[in-house]
Amino acid sequence: MTHSQSKKLGQERANSNNAASEVTNQISNKLQALYKSVEDQTIPDRFLDLLEQLDAAESKHSKDGHQ
Amino acid sequence: MSAAEQDLDPGFKKELLGSLPSLRAFAYSLTGASDKADDLVQDTVLKAWAKNKSFQMGTNMKAWLFTILRNEFYSQMRKKGREVQDTEGTFTDSLAVHPGQDSALDMQDFKKALDQLPEDQREAIVLIGASGFSYEEAAEICDCAVGTIKSRVSRARIRLTEILDVKGASDYVMDANAASIGSRAYSR
Repeated sequence: MTHSQSKKLGQERANSNNAASEVTNQISNKLQALYKSVEDQTIPDRFLDLLEQLDAAESKHSKDGHQ
Repeated sequence: MSAAEQDLDPGFKKELLGSLPSLRAFAYSLTGASDKADDLVQDTVLKAWAKNKSFQMGTNMKAWLFTILRNEFYSQMRKKGREVQDTEGTFTDSLAVHPGQDSALDMQDFKKALDQLPEDQREAIVLIGASGFSYEEAAEICDCAVGTIKSRVSRARIRLTEILDVKGASDYVMDANAASIGSRAYSR
């Protein structure tokens, strides 16, 4: 396929897909907004506490190991 | 025993902490309910911590954690048997606080539609469309072929369009998916 042919094909595709990509965009935007609404939440304390505990257990373990 | 085997890489905890928001969002999309999602994330953190020696710093930690979370989700599902999904879960509660650019009502409809998808299609469209993974990474996380991910995402889009009846244009989306899969094959 020559460059101009492939360009023309691409343009035709783009035209016929305008309506379709509009719909796909709407779905994409909603999905991203929904996902982001959770990502943007403050991390619950339970996870920070958990990581602290794991960290503390780890350093105690590694200290004991060196004795 | 060498120090490297014994001590936890200080970057590990930091990266784990940094991945928590997206892990929580992925867990929500799998479970459909916030309490179950956070329990799943907690189990994932514990698993990841226990396995941290097998993780190589500098490689894709987010993908590694998503893989653990997903495996944990399906193994718990198999153990417990399939529970009734809480499709009216706290995901929608949180939307009242974070409506984003769309109205909260629109979002609730979308969440319900997403919850109606088969699990394999839902995780595929979330990993690609929201978590920001490549098709290759998503295939690795889901332990399947790249082409399988592509077709699941495409079917998920069609199904969502049908459920939501977006401007009644589900026919167009089918064409677009067929075309975009073709063009992606060229560009990738």
